[in-house]
Amino acid sequence: MMDFTLSQILWALGMGARWTVALSLVAFVLGGVLGFVLMLCAISQRVWLRGPVLLLIWFIQGTPLLMQLFLIFFGPALFGTNISAWSAACIALTLWSAVYLAEIWRGAVRAVPRGQTEAALCLAMLPGQSLRHVVLPQAIRMALPPTAGFMVQIVKSTSLTSIVGFTELMKTGTILSNVTLDPFLIYGLVAICYFCLCYPLSLASRRLEVRFDVTR
Amino acid sequence: MSYSFDFSFLANHGEMILHGIRVTLILITVGAALGLLTAVACNWLRMFAPAPVRALVTLYVEFIRNTPFLIQLFFIFFGLPRIGLSMSETTAAVLAMSINLGAYGTEILRAGLQATTTGQWEAGLSLGMSRNQTFWRVALVPALQKMWAPLSSQIVIVMLGSATVSQIAVADLTYAANLIQSRTFRAFEIYFVVTAIYILLAALVRLVLQLVGRHLLGTRHMP
Repeated sequence: MMDFTLSQILWALGMGARWTVALSLVAFVLGGVLGFVLMLCAISQRVWLRGPVLLLIWFIQGTPLLMQLFLIFFGPALFGTNISAWSAACIALTLWSAVYLAEIWRGAVRAVPRGQTEAALCLAMLPGQSLRHVVLPQAIRMALPPTAGFMVQIVKSTSLTSIVGFTELMKTGTILSNVTLDPFLIYGLVAICYFCLCYPLSLASRRLEVRFDVTR
Repeated sequence: MSYSFDFSFLANHGEMILHGIRVTLILITVGAALGLLTAVACNWLRMFAPAPVRALVTLYVEFIRNTPFLIQLFFIFFGLPRIGLSMSETTAAVLAMSINLGAYGTEILRAGLQATTTGQWEAGLSLGMSRNQTFWRVALVPALQKMWAPLSSQIVIVMLGSATVSQIAVADLTYAANLIQSRTFRAFEIYFVVTAIYILLAALVRLVLQLVGRHLLGTRHMP
């Protein structure tokens, strides 16, 4: 057993937490861009655009994220290449958050009354213009609180990447607990770290919900 | 590419996979039942318990909802023995799943209880029921009915999340997959098969919950 001071432990957890934050940001930004495209495909009238996307959504939402991680981590070995834990984590989480964000945003777009689109079309707007100038501005207000809430899910899900060997906050905690032999303290601290990362996002989501209350 | 898919390992390892499916289903059944009970109990405490207990319930719900399931599981299984609370890996898994589902369930059920109009509460009270009786006999069942769809979804989410309990050596479906992977080196095939099984299990759990809702709660249009 090695002796670590509390400040050394906290410093190490902080180093790990940087990777949790980095991975969360990558997943949110790239997932957001991809999710927006998926959302546009999912609300499209064309079946060849909508069909595959709905199938992807169904697949990602119906399977454990851990399995998706394993498939992406071990899949490239089929082609004789290896993939680093960081790339596998980024790809899996990006895909996963893209699908969930697409579903959240699709719900928001659907929640804008149909009459709005019809009115826009009657004013001779093209479908794309009506989406951009009429539907999306209203949908964004509705989508903001659940989107902020979903960021909490992303931060929490990054912990699964420790299982394929990516050294973020969770993995740092496991390593520390193995050398200090004090899992109670270490995992307690790790849990508090995650809470400190997630709770502000939860609060923000709640604030936005009150501010953009559409039922008011 | 020169790789050829080989699913022949399934013949030798079918028993292992079946056992994994069984464990996963048992875990989610017990976890869901205990989790729902926790959710009901927490809502009762939120209404009737003294302020410090109510604050504790809020702390529990917020803390669980803002930390990953994996850390909750590790804390229970590796951390608690340090203060003298040892348990088997299966108990730890069920406990973690119940606690996790309980926190989310509390929030979902609270929304359902809030949707029960004050008129119904007043009706119960004016019939001479106590607030406690009104909670159990008037407000609870409609709240469960209204929220059965989101509760079902949450149970499915917890079931998919239970893939992580393989990390503390509970012999669930993912554990079977990892074991077979390390024996046959057919990583992609086994994870592909097991992923497909998870899709089927999610559908099965949804179906069962739909039936449970219909028989116990009388819900008609369901998830």
